[in-house]
Amino acid sequence: MTAVRCVDICKTYRQGDQDIRALDHLSVEIEKGEFVCLMSPSGGGKTTLLNAIGGLDIPDSGEVWVADKRIDQMSKGELADLRLANIGFVFQAYNLIPVLTAQENVEFVMQVQGIPTAKRREKSLAILEEVGLEGLENRRPAEMSGGQQQRVAVARAIVSRPALVLADEPTANLDSKTSDELMGLFKELNEHHNTTFVIATHDQRVMRYAKRIIRMRDGRIVDDIEQNAA
Amino acid sequence: MNIVLRLAWRNLWRHARRTWLTIGAMVFSNTLLVFMISFQFSMYGLMIDNTLQVFSGHMQVQAPEYKDDQKMRQVVPGVQPLAAQLRKEFDSDTIAARGWAFGLASSEERSYGIGIYGVEPEFEPRVSNIPGLIEDGRFFEQNDAMEIVIGEVLARNLRIGVGDELTILGSGLDGSFAAAVVVVVGVFESGVKDIDRNIAEMPLGTFQDVFYMNGAGHQVVIMAPTLDDAPALQSNVAAFLPDGLVVHSWDVLQPGLKQAIQADISSAFFMYGILVILVAFSVLNTQLMSVLERTHEFGVVMALGMKPGRLGRLVMLETALMGLLGFVLGAAAGALLTYWFTVNGLSYPGMEEMAANFNLPGRVYPQVSILKTVFGPAVVFLFTLLAAIYPAWRLRSLHPVEAMRTN
Ligand SMILES: Nc1ncnc2c1ncn2[C@@H]1O[C@H](COP(=O)(O)OP(=O)(O)OP(=O)(O)O)[C@@H](O)[C@H]1O
Ligand SMILES: [Mg+2]
Repeated sequence: MTAVRCVDICKTYRQGDQDIRALDHLSVEIEKGEFVCLMSPSGGGKTTLLNAIGGLDIPDSGEVWVADKRIDQMSKGELADLRLANIGFVFQAYNLIPVLTAQENVEFVMQVQGIPTAKRREKSLAILEEVGLEGLENRRPAEMSGGQQQRVAVARAIVSRPALVLADEPTANLDSKTSDELMGLFKELNEHHNTTFVIATHDQRVMRYAKRIIRMRDGRIVDDIEQNAA
Repeated sequence: MNIVLRLAWRNLWRHARRTWLTIGAMVFSNTLLVFMISFQFSMYGLMIDNTLQVFSGHMQVQAPEYKDDQKMRQVVPGVQPLAAQLRKEFDSDTIAARGWAFGLASSEERSYGIGIYGVEPEFEPRVSNIPGLIEDGRFFEQNDAMEIVIGEVLARNLRIGVGDELTILGSGLDGSFAAAVVVVVGVFESGVKDIDRNIAEMPLGTFQDVFYMNGAGHQVVIMAPTLDDAPALQSNVAAFLPDGLVVHSWDVLQPGLKQAIQADISSAFFMYGILVILVAFSVLNTQLMSVLERTHEFGVVMALGMKPGRLGRLVMLETALMGLLGFVLGAAAGALLTYWFTVNGLSYPGMEEMAANFNLPGRVYPQVSILKTVFGPAVVFLFTLLAAIYPAWRLRSLHPVEAMRTN
């Protein structure tokens, strides 16, 4: 089954009097349960592609399919629902809500999803344990290390078991040990829950975990290889 | 607790000082509103009570033309039996008959034109405070006594006092010449110069004899138990009256009083309006800033799948919490302040003239009431919420990717 399919998508940004092709007739297909790494030099179009797949940004042309639904023609509301139910986002900056504790950050998304209180508690505690944050449930972001915050962000992204997780440079602010732990966690989720991962990164170490590496440059795919992951 | 509520509450305290400043503005204006409104309406109450207690009462039965054409001939026939009937029908003794005439009052030295009321000695003290304001001497007791009470300024002008004789000249109901010599038995001091200079009262029986009234008079004055009871009583009285008579309420009898109050209300509420709008702008400013500085954060939660409408509701919820604090603290402070003056009283610099005109005491004791405590703060709360609509509405156009690019 295809998790993500992009057909000939283009996205052009205007900067001053110059057009920048962030995505240039790009087509790609990602199967369910894949663990994909997007690599490119800075400005290669990784973030733009992730945003297109996640329905955060709509390409100028081409088609984007997620879970067999064409999303590039959906309304904002439909896209929000799609993200809420099917897609987990992990950002480079952990982007937690500063006034909420680790557990509340995780529960917040579930409340938006309309999950009842008791269930929310149970699930958030379980997921925080799963990402290795047992005992830190009541800390606020400012009271946690970068790695711990990123784990909360991951817990938030995966707590409702989305079929697809999109991560944009999730390790950029982490030291190598913490990066390895995070990638280990992704790997585990990928293997146990068959969650599809698409990770944009510069980080060579992240690459080792991927089964498939897509290299981009100037909005185009220049290389697409399968490898034996670590 | 609901996480969204928790989030809203904590968001308020991210910039605690700014939030407190905004709440402070609400508390300040709410306190002021509660106190001013309580004070103002206590004043009106006093103005109405004190003015109506002098002569007009809560309502009066009159001949239809009397109000606009205050002539001798616009009579209420059989005014005393009518008053007695009304007292019986409505089981009230705060109903009194009166006659009114214009006359020339002459002492040995001087003469002045004055207004003369003929009043029922037994019932007049229950509808008017003039009999109780006698400084010197006494009020008359017999309905046919050849006695009169006059205002303190008039007494001075005529150079007479208690025990002296006064000659009254005028014209009777039939147009004939009316004259009498009466004894001044009392001098009253109402504090209202016009009344103290121009008014005298004599027993209604004597009045009817002197002015050839043939049992008629000009008014039946009625006091309801409270001002609030007056309208209901008035319609009952109207239904009871024989044809050819009408009953007017106090605001018809004293249009100046009602106008003065209305003018005061208009200017006061104009000022309150400005106050409320200032608070609303302060809320608007605070919430715009608070939304703007969280653009990135809002972008993130939108990326996670939260719709702008929910974000808008979050902003409204934050504003409502802030407004609620301002409401509770301001209403409480306002009620306390008002209560302090309930106990200690308040003189009103700058309003002495108005006070004197409407026969007010030197100190007012404003009363705390739920309505007056809640009204101002409720309006402030409403405008607080209205002010937050724009910042909340702006979130509709927020684009998650662009929002997340800002820092
Ligand atoms: N909102 C925007 N306005 C103008 N140009 C943009 C915008 N977003 C992206 N771009 C441009 O589009 C191109 C692709 O950007 P994108 O962020 O997708 O690259 P990236 O591979 O994620 O880069 P990085 O590794 O630095 O994150 C770049 O040249 C970038 O400058
Ligand atoms: Mg990027």
